[in-house]
Amino acid sequence: MAHAYTPGLKVSEYAVVRRQRRLPIPGRVLVEQGQRVSPDTVVAEASLPGNPNTVNAAAALGADPSDLPRLMVKKVGDAVKKGEVIARYRALLGLVSGTCTSPVDGTIESVSEVTGQVVVREPPIPVQVRAYLEGVVTEVMPREGVVVEAEGAFIQGIFGVGGETYGEIQVLGAGPDDVLDAAAILPAHRGKVLVGGALVTGAALRRAAEVGARGVVAGGIIDRDLVAFLGHDIGVAITGHEDIPITVIVTEGFGRMTMAHRTFELLQSLSGRVASLNGATQIRAGVMRPEIVVPVDRPRLPRVAGGAGTGRAGGAEPADAGGAGGAGPADADAGEGSQGLVPGTRIRIIREPYFGQLAHVTELPPELQVIETEAKVRILRARLDSGELVTVPRANVEIIED
Amino acid sequence: MSAKVPAEITSVLATDCGSTTTKAILIEKRGEEYRLVVRGEAPTTVERPFEDVTMGVRNAVREVEELTGRRILSEEGIITPRRPDGSGVDLYLSTSSAGGGLQMMVAGVVKSMTTESAQRAALGAGAIVMDAVAVDDGRKTHEKIALIRHLRPDMILLSGGVDGGTITHVVQIAELLAAAEPRPRLGIGFRLPVIYAGNRDARPHMERILGERFDLRMVENLRPVLEKEVLGPAREEIHNLFMEHVMAQAPGYNKLMTWTGAPIMPTPAAVGLGMQTAAREYGLNVIGVDIGGATTDVFSVYGERFVRTVSANLGMSYSICNVLLEAGLPNIVRWIPFPVDEADIRNRIRNKMIRPTTIPQTLEELAIEQALAREALRLAFEHHKTLAVGLKGVQRQRTIDDTFTQTGAETYINLMELGMLIGSGGVLSHAPRRVQAALMMLDAFGPEGVTRLAVDSIFMMPQLGVLSTVHEKAAAQVFDRDCLIHLGTAVAPVGQGREGEPCLAVTLHLPGGKTVREEVPFGHIRRLPLEVGEEAEAELHPARGFDVGRGRGHALRTTLHGGVVGIILDCRGRPLALPSEPARRWQKLREWALAVDLCPRGFLEKLPG
Repeated sequence: MAHAYTPGLKVSEYAVVRRQRRLPIPGRVLVEQGQRVSPDTVVAEASLPGNPNTVNAAAALGADPSDLPRLMVKKVGDAVKKGEVIARYRALLGLVSGTCTSPVDGTIESVSEVTGQVVVREPPIPVQVRAYLEGVVTEVMPREGVVVEAEGAFIQGIFGVGGETYGEIQVLGAGPDDVLDAAAILPAHRGKVLVGGALVTGAALRRAAEVGARGVVAGGIIDRDLVAFLGHDIGVAITGHEDIPITVIVTEGFGRMTMAHRTFELLQSLSGRVASLNGATQIRAGVMRPEIVVPVDRPRLPRVAGGAGTGRAGGAEPADAGGAGGAGPADADAGEGSQGLVPGTRIRIIREPYFGQLAHVTELPPELQVIETEAKVRILRARLDSGELVTVPRANVEIIED
Repeated sequence: MSAKVPAEITSVLATDCGSTTTKAILIEKRGEEYRLVVRGEAPTTVERPFEDVTMGVRNAVREVEELTGRRILSEEGIITPRRPDGSGVDLYLSTSSAGGGLQMMVAGVVKSMTTESAQRAALGAGAIVMDAVAVDDGRKTHEKIALIRHLRPDMILLSGGVDGGTITHVVQIAELLAAAEPRPRLGIGFRLPVIYAGNRDARPHMERILGERFDLRMVENLRPVLEKEVLGPAREEIHNLFMEHVMAQAPGYNKLMTWTGAPIMPTPAAVGLGMQTAAREYGLNVIGVDIGGATTDVFSVYGERFVRTVSANLGMSYSICNVLLEAGLPNIVRWIPFPVDEADIRNRIRNKMIRPTTIPQTLEELAIEQALAREALRLAFEHHKTLAVGLKGVQRQRTIDDTFTQTGAETYINLMELGMLIGSGGVLSHAPRRVQAALMMLDAFGPEGVTRLAVDSIFMMPQLGVLSTVHEKAAAQVFDRDCLIHLGTAVAPVGQGREGEPCLAVTLHLPGGKTVREEVPFGHIRRLPLEVGEEAEAELHPARGFDVGRGRGHALRTTLHGGVVGIILDCRGRPLALPSEPARRWQKLREWALAVDLCPRGFLEKLPG
């Protein structure tokens, strides 16, 4: 079976990140292979068929649907303007008459003699796909989109809301235990991606949105603050399309949770650089986690580190390419090639009663053991940072690297 | 697609390719009986980086090979039929829900009539119904169009109108579909299948409106006349299209289809068949529930009527926050026998959502998880009852009562007539004590009178469902002996009373000649041992005002079936009402827990509040 533990999220100082940038329908690719792009470069565009509008023309004219084709002033394929007469009814030398007009600018698409409906199609809607990452186009899929490859730091969060954005990283907390509150957020933070420590408060989220910040990254968030900020509850773990002005990424979970030191220090070292981030989260088969990508040139970081929990030599493996129309699932390779859990592995416990605590694995008994609930499961023993020795189901830990 | 079934079957291999795990079971004939021999499992390999479902199947079957020491796989696939050297199996079958299962949109004319029939047809065929559009669904035309454009279904089922009736409305819906031009979920450039199962007279119009843009199929009207619902042909066509389009698009399925001896079936459709086999086998009305991480399926077989519903957003991990949202925190907290902090619970539930593979380590956590499960099950069952209804739009003789009461959609699910309740899904099948699964089902479904309880041990219902299409006897035998864990029988008198007043007196004639007499007052629950396979002749004497199936105060003689839990005499009242005052409620919950040995006594005694 798959890993009995959660492989952990990727936190990498250097990785090659590839993202597919795909149109929802075939269109035109605007960039070439090898071309450098920035997050807002439009890489492909297409025209979605415009919205169809139905007009019950027969009813408007007081005529029988079967007479409609005869009464149409405009025919299928004709362009029409909003308010323009499309069908007219005259009887008794004009004593009885009526007209039907188009509700929109568009083209007559169909006229039904069964229902009396006319469909007027609005002009095509342009759709554009942007590069999202700063990097190089490595592949062109004719009429569909491109693959953009970026080199840099790559950090996955555990949960996020809000879609793709980018901005300069500004670390506001002194340490990973700090709370990011509204008072720390200033008008000068407009356009920035703000990084807090263990918690971002509800007031801080509102303030960040007010000053025009692009994103907020923190260790934890209080459930109710998030719901209040969104204006609605979250039922199912599919996010990324919320109508909010900032993208929010939490790296650890719900509640006040110290950000992993490694993550915090990495973000601190990247302060002042432009990050691309996406809050989209989807937790089910084909897991997608929110992400932060910060372009960093390879020469600047000769020491190449693998992703957290990957233990991968070199580490310059491509993060996974994405799905349709945007950043795809988080790296499918995360955890692969992993040493897995061994005595000494640094872990975070992700369920009560030690939720959020960091520890080192001390023992991995192979046989199933009975835990307090009386369930028989695979467990591990670990020493918490407080020194306490604890027993925890393997399913309730994730590997971290500090 | 006919089944390639040999005359004499002694060994059957069946796999279920789920969205995360592929499970294989090997069934063999031992003497006169078919029994489960071994099972194996491996991660499903539909998604990247593998993108070939047969790899996961091979891995799962390899486990079976290792455990049996017998060769089943060859370069080409599964060896069938069995060879003289003992390698191979006589029959290989598979079900699948990988890649998100079968996702459909249904459309009809009247929401409570044709659209509802279309929903029943699609759900019964194993689909997830993404949305149901009707002429009278209250949404404006442009809203409907926007919705249809946004959805990306695998196929659409369109119905409406009785044969010979007016065609205007169903044509109107077809025009909406054509204008909206929905795109299929899988594959750019293939035409989205539309099954038309409406008024026959509108067929030429369908051809004209939809024929070019869609892969249009016509089947018999779902409601040829108002009084009749014909779901079979539409369900069959859904299965055909599932094979042709959905499966053929999914990675590796073209290969897998050549391996199987019968068409690959959507997992929920196979589970439905399994439930129907169970109902026939035991001669009982059956309700089954499968509670997963993302969705909860409920199946009911009442006489000839079979209905399946999917509560797409009620589950124990991925959708757990939706359980919180739909049930509301007070409804969840009411099942927890100790005081909890609201903000803390909310954060815990969210953390379970984002780290769905974690398990409860403490008894407090287990109590919270099982409280959530009760509400998810209850809501899924409520949802089920809205579709398990008689046909609407049928003229009935009105009595004087009807003129004063607006009887809407009344479910035909009568809990007193329910014979067996079957639970499956991790939270039920893997509850540390079996009695916990029994109590969760009693609390969520509130069965009345005499009801047998069971859980599916390792979720092999899908494989047995597809097996029942080719070998019903083998499926039924394995179902009873290896698949189900019989928990026992619950006796729950219907009625309300005062705490401590008489409610039920029971005389049990146990195997071996022993007789047991029990009196259970109202507000109490009791558990008596009766082993799996044992039966007890029972005389059930409800007190005045209480009913166990023969009317208020009337005694019932019946046979009670044992199980790993035994007999539960549930006199907590039906419908079950919990005390509203928290301290009193905690006290009752703990008292009940002690009475049935729900969890360690020490835990209950140390609880605060």
